[in-house]
Amino acid sequence: MNTLIDYDWTVMAPELTIVVMAAFLSVIDLFLHPNKDRRLFMWPTLIGIVGAMCFVGMSWGKPAYQILADTYRVDDFALAFKMIMLIGTAFITVMSYGAFRKEKGFAEGEYYYLLLTALLGGMVMASSGDLITLFVGLELLSISTYILVGIRKRSVMTNEAAWKNVVLGGVASGFILYGMSFLYGLTGSTNLFTVRDRLGEALTSGYDLYAWLALFLIVFGFGFKVAAAPFHMWVPDVYQGAPTPITAFLAAISKTAAIALILRMFLIGFIPLFQGGRGTVLDEKTGGRVLLILAGLSMIVGTVIALRQQDAKRLLSYSSIAQAGVILVPLASWGPFLFPSTLYYLTGYLFSTVGAFSVLMLIERESRDSHLSSFAGLSRRSPFTALAMTLFLLSLAGIPVTAGFFGKFYILANAVVTGSPEHWAMYLIAGIMLVTTVASYFYYFAIIRMMYFRASQVEEKLRIPVGAMIVISVAAVATLGLGLMPQLVVDILGNVDWGASLAPVK
Amino acid sequence: MMEIAKALPTFILFSPLIGVAVILWLPRQKSQWIRMAGLLGTLPPLLFAFFLACQFNFTRGAVQFRQDLPWFSIPLGQQKWNFSYQVGVDGLSLPLLMMTAIIVVLAAIASFSIKKREKGYFLLFLLLEMGMLGVFVARNLFLFFIFFEVTLVTMFFLIGIWGLVNRERAANQFLLYNGAGSVLMLLGFIGLLTLFQTMDFDRLLGIMHDPQIMQMLAQNEMAQKVLMGAFLCISLAFAIKLPVFPFHTWMLKVHTEAPPPVVMIHSGILLKMGAYGLIRFGVELFPTQVKEIATILAVLGLINILIGAALAFVQKDLRRILAYSSVSHMGIILFGIASLNVAGLSGAVFQAVSHGFISALLFFFIGRLYERTRTTDITELGGLASPMPVMTGIFLVGGLALLGLPGLSGFISEFLAFLGLFHTQPIIAAVGTLGLVLAAVYTLRAVLTVGFGPTDTRWRELTDARWTETIPMLTMVGVILLIGVWPAVLGDPIQTTLEQIMARMGG
Repeated sequence: MNTLIDYDWTVMAPELTIVVMAAFLSVIDLFLHPNKDRRLFMWPTLIGIVGAMCFVGMSWGKPAYQILADTYRVDDFALAFKMIMLIGTAFITVMSYGAFRKEKGFAEGEYYYLLLTALLGGMVMASSGDLITLFVGLELLSISTYILVGIRKRSVMTNEAAWKNVVLGGVASGFILYGMSFLYGLTGSTNLFTVRDRLGEALTSGYDLYAWLALFLIVFGFGFKVAAAPFHMWVPDVYQGAPTPITAFLAAISKTAAIALILRMFLIGFIPLFQGGRGTVLDEKTGGRVLLILAGLSMIVGTVIALRQQDAKRLLSYSSIAQAGVILVPLASWGPFLFPSTLYYLTGYLFSTVGAFSVLMLIERESRDSHLSSFAGLSRRSPFTALAMTLFLLSLAGIPVTAGFFGKFYILANAVVTGSPEHWAMYLIAGIMLVTTVASYFYYFAIIRMMYFRASQVEEKLRIPVGAMIVISVAAVATLGLGLMPQLVVDILGNVDWGASLAPVK
Repeated sequence: MMEIAKALPTFILFSPLIGVAVILWLPRQKSQWIRMAGLLGTLPPLLFAFFLACQFNFTRGAVQFRQDLPWFSIPLGQQKWNFSYQVGVDGLSLPLLMMTAIIVVLAAIASFSIKKREKGYFLLFLLLEMGMLGVFVARNLFLFFIFFEVTLVTMFFLIGIWGLVNRERAANQFLLYNGAGSVLMLLGFIGLLTLFQTMDFDRLLGIMHDPQIMQMLAQNEMAQKVLMGAFLCISLAFAIKLPVFPFHTWMLKVHTEAPPPVVMIHSGILLKMGAYGLIRFGVELFPTQVKEIATILAVLGLINILIGAALAFVQKDLRRILAYSSVSHMGIILFGIASLNVAGLSGAVFQAVSHGFISALLFFFIGRLYERTRTTDITELGGLASPMPVMTGIFLVGGLALLGLPGLSGFISEFLAFLGLFHTQPIIAAVGTLGLVLAAVYTLRAVLTVGFGPTDTRWRELTDARWTETIPMLTMVGVILLIGVWPAVLGDPIQTTLEQIMARMGG
């Protein structure tokens, strides 16, 4: 039995950095006079995140390492997801700088350290090798975001959003926990690798029903967290009510963390269900088909409802439901590019989403409203912002030369490669993806139409705070750069031995 | 010197960006400067294109000036999917490239009538030019697709911002139809990629014409299905672009709502991308599959010719008449393609180039006319020959070229296309000749009503063509005449390349 001292704790350096910074900020917040401006909290937050990024970068490419009785894994899979989440949170930290200055009673101190704890939850999820740590990470992320969504205490819409988020998010967590309890019951272990080994046995000895029940319960809960249809009801209201940077956080980082969770669960714990679950009540392809349905429905529902939206924030939230469907396609189709295409898409999606939401935040600040017509005449009021927003929307719509286009191309190639007469559903999902992509042009271009084709009542220049300016510029450069030179990321992602990330450490 | 010559397609392709860079630095208020910069920005591609034509070896059918630079690659197990920047020019793309470079300059002159947001207009205009040039020089499916999309997005803005009253609906419809088309194309390309592991056009050509590989594929039912599916997707995509009959509604809207210089480009060049794509990716890449649908193509062509002509006859708006006449003339291109022989295919390419210039000329005229009269309704117009004899005269020449008068470019292209089809589908071709008669009817009706008859008092004071209008129009008339009396100028490069394509097809 190892003692705690024996572990190489340096592998947890990114998480520890974030914990230390969050603790530091909460103590400072406690002792600082309530009326003091807490805008400068942005800096320690950012320093913590950048430090964690450096640690993540340093551990990249090393063999997998497990600590804390194999509950916590550091492998390339986890590191890639952590990197995406860190970049995303860094963006959100910077764009929040000065964003809430004029709001009375806005708990800006809490805002920053809760962002860090939410990020920490996501990182723990990405690194878990055990059901318990997985759930702890999930709850840390969820509870932090419950508060962040409701952080504007005096706004009715925010309160509605927070309430819905707590209740529905709580139910989703309950589902996941219930599913996990079945897994534990069947296998007597919470370790994902042990679960995998024993689940095959359980399947053949007549307990297959419970194994499938566990899977479905976890998929239900996961559907909520990743904002996939038919579990998407909470999304538009919560996204609309939350402060816009937090909406971006939910859309980009929470989604990434949920994808990390489901990949771990499916590709380690539940793998016996997909690899010839002989003698089961459901045939072996069903497991994949659950995700296919989830992906297809999300794309269709998200796109169809987004077509009718008149509010930019709701439009983007429905679009994020459709995007969740696209992100699920590689996992549903398994193909040779499962990991690289998912991660590439998430990276591109992160930049475009965060960029789009920061432009939206500027518009909202000016007009106190996120109706589509608030975008009217933006090309005159701020040509740069309009151009950047166009780039983000083109990327979300999957039009070249942007990160989103190459991501969709990658995912589509992955699905088509996997397709075969027995696997015809792959062609179906590729078809759904293409049709919804074309339909999505309509609503993404609705914003572009407003910005360029319509005149605005206000003629004065749009004021852009420094933080938002930096975020928009960097995101725009990244969106374009990843589209022009996909090699930058493909090289990093494509040459990793992902199989090793999913094998137990000897 | 040789090193520079080798990179000529790249120079042509990216030279519009010089203009873009200059315009970006000009202040928004200096509209006159921006216009001049926009016009000058279209000249480098033209110069480079002329230079390339001089260096072009007309006796070689294969691709010349080929450039191949690695771009990125996706690792797939032990092997890799390589994506390269591959450009080149052959006898098929050279005429279209030249046509694009020339028409864009003339359209830039026509764009002087644009009176709002000139900066954005000329930026998009030059980017659109880059997209079109890229489509014609790309030798890689991925690259082709990207440039195809560049034209889509820039056109959306050009229609939606500078169009007429219903511009937004026209822009939307344009976007959705063409978006659907390009998504289909992408699916087809990905099908090929998964089957052959490459998007390099010349390598794909080699594979598709390798009897051994084809024999292996013939036994694999799945591969056959994927191949046929890819072929149908790609053909459908270009059919929407051309446009083939049921998909033509978006194109009518664009013709009537877009600003005239943009219609010049749209009708003159963008529709021809459909024809080019059908020949390049349909006929050249899928020799066996295209034979199976040759009859369908001919029938679709017939429908296009007849319906387009019949509907053109009943229209009152000059723009709509020309829009439907484009539908009809694109049918002739389909005829040429469906014939699958050298005569027919060169007829199709001839028709693409010739109709490009004719419709650019006619829309140049319409743009100028609209600026003076504020209407394009032929029931209101009439007797314009007396206040503006030069303009009406040129319009008459354009009309005569459109209906296929011998000595002008329209004749030779229609002649070749029909000649080709008579070899393979004599009945359909015979019925199709009816379209030529109808073309004469609707064209003369339009030209005569507008130009002759009693002059309305409103039009007495109209001014005739200024030199900025005469020069571009006469240039186009010159090209139309040149192709008409000396078809070899166009025919030679086309001929060698098409003969090579046909030889590969094996008959």
